[in-house]
Amino acid sequence: MIINGVTIDDTFAEAFGMRGTRVIITAQNHKWANIAATAMTGFATSVIACGVEAGIERQLNPAETPDGRPGVSVLMFAMGSAVLMKQLETRMGQCILTCPTTAAFSGIDEGYPEITRINLGKNLRFFGDGFQISKQFGGKRYWRVPVMDGEFMTEETTGMVRAVGGGNFLILAESQPQALAACEAAIEAMKQIPNVIMPFPGGVVRSGSKVGSKYKSLIASTNDAFCPTLKGITKTDLSPEIESVMEIVIDGLSDADIRKATRAGIAAACELGATKGIKRISAGNYGGKLGQFHFKLREIMA
Amino acid sequence: MSALTFTLKAQLTQRIDMSPLTPDNLARKTAAEIAAIELQSGNRKLRVDSLFDISGNDTADIVIQNGCGKLDYIGSGMKSGRITVHGGAGSWLGFQMRKGEIVLNGDADAYAAAELAGGTICVNGNVGDFLASALPGNRKGMKGGLVIVTGNAGDRVGDQMRRGIILIEGNAGAYCASRMLAGTIGVMGTVGDYVGFGMRRGTLLLFSTPKLHSTIQDCGSHSLPFLGLMFKSFRGLPSKFAGVDKNRVRRYAGDLANDGKGEILIFA
Repeated sequence: MIINGVTIDDTFAEAFGMRGTRVIITAQNHKWANIAATAMTGFATSVIACGVEAGIERQLNPAETPDGRPGVSVLMFAMGSAVLMKQLETRMGQCILTCPTTAAFSGIDEGYPEITRINLGKNLRFFGDGFQISKQFGGKRYWRVPVMDGEFMTEETTGMVRAVGGGNFLILAESQPQALAACEAAIEAMKQIPNVIMPFPGGVVRSGSKVGSKYKSLIASTNDAFCPTLKGITKTDLSPEIESVMEIVIDGLSDADIRKATRAGIAAACELGATKGIKRISAGNYGGKLGQFHFKLREIMA
Repeated sequence: MSALTFTLKAQLTQRIDMSPLTPDNLARKTAAEIAAIELQSGNRKLRVDSLFDISGNDTADIVIQNGCGKLDYIGSGMKSGRITVHGGAGSWLGFQMRKGEIVLNGDADAYAAAELAGGTICVNGNVGDFLASALPGNRKGMKGGLVIVTGNAGDRVGDQMRRGIILIEGNAGAYCASRMLAGTIGVMGTVGDYVGFGMRRGTLLLFSTPKLHSTIQDCGSHSLPFLGLMFKSFRGLPSKFAGVDKNRVRRYAGDLANDGKGEILIFA
């Protein structure tokens, strides 16, 4: 399969079942909502060392938020519900409670077959030292916690669903600037797709890994088959003209969401085409035995 | 199906306990069975058809015509459906109601919405004392649901109220929100003396500054974000509160003689 001169490999991305949640952060203006959300989703690129993978899904205008203020929706994913709950609470406590003017609300209330309610502000309320106030409106419980800038308001719980993490594709290009330009175009297109985040810095990861290492203490190491500087000395996956490879990893609330995002991203990268140095699109997998979800590139782009 | 309608035949001299006539109790009963239900009236029991003309058959939608202040316990303990009363109601309107809706076009007497646990009671008229309070001796009043009063309320509104929302468009009497445990009360008109007496927690929202006793303390003016959320949840209610959209208030806290975590919010 060739799109605009770019070869689409006959391979698949292998993804895993994860737990996902959404939180809506509002503030006095978009600037402060973004500051809070950026802090909350910081150091959340990979579950391997960060616990969660998190990112900003999109900006919300005042008409879309529960309290009628500008907001941001944040998605968080983890391998298990216990880790997700723990990370959500600590990140809420250190990044949202602390950030001036913010409030936090549930981002998942309906539309999924199985929704588990998990704590959002349920335990943060104790920061109020007895001065916290509970209010129930429209069947939902909110907490008002007195803080130095006024009052911090948070919904008691948010919804957690079964989600999918680790969808991915690789962009192979003739130079590093060209690979990055294609990634930027892909990320821009994928940001328009709801229910997904690309958790790595700017959405792009340059250090794709393989399972295992020559060092006993490491469970993963650099994916030498895709390292352009090792073309001559390893069992390479690269043709001679490839000089740079970058990966985009996608977490989504469902596999259909990841499919949509993958399609939008690859299409945007291919739009630059072979003339802009984009030669091949591939994907990362572990032979298909580890992950429950397989995203076949040619099927998605068909 | 048309609404099951009870039309009072004559003026009453004795009070009637209306608690058997709820949608839950009447569901799946035939017209004859409904007519034969006996209602307590003083020390006598009176058949429903001796007091009311009965028409219609939808037990989930009950209408009481020619209602008057002697019909007590209307909608008591009801768990579903709807009761509409035209003309007035006695005491204990919607006592311990769990779910459903009562609309009263007329005035209600004391203890309306007492120990209400859920559902909506809308009074297009005035209510007596002890709105949404507890049975004397019990320690918790209204525990949930929504009460709308378009007229005035008597003394002791929300006495020992535990949860839920009361919206009064007119005035409230003395001891409004007394011994309140939690929940929200809004009064658009004036309130009488000793507002928030013994208030432990909860929110009383007022539109003008009343006389406050010394154990209610000023906490200054604030723009509270939760008010925006609250008024958004009121949109679409059959009340003037549906049109309010303000969040700038003067906050008074108290009653410091009783824990003092309650608040009286007064719109600036």
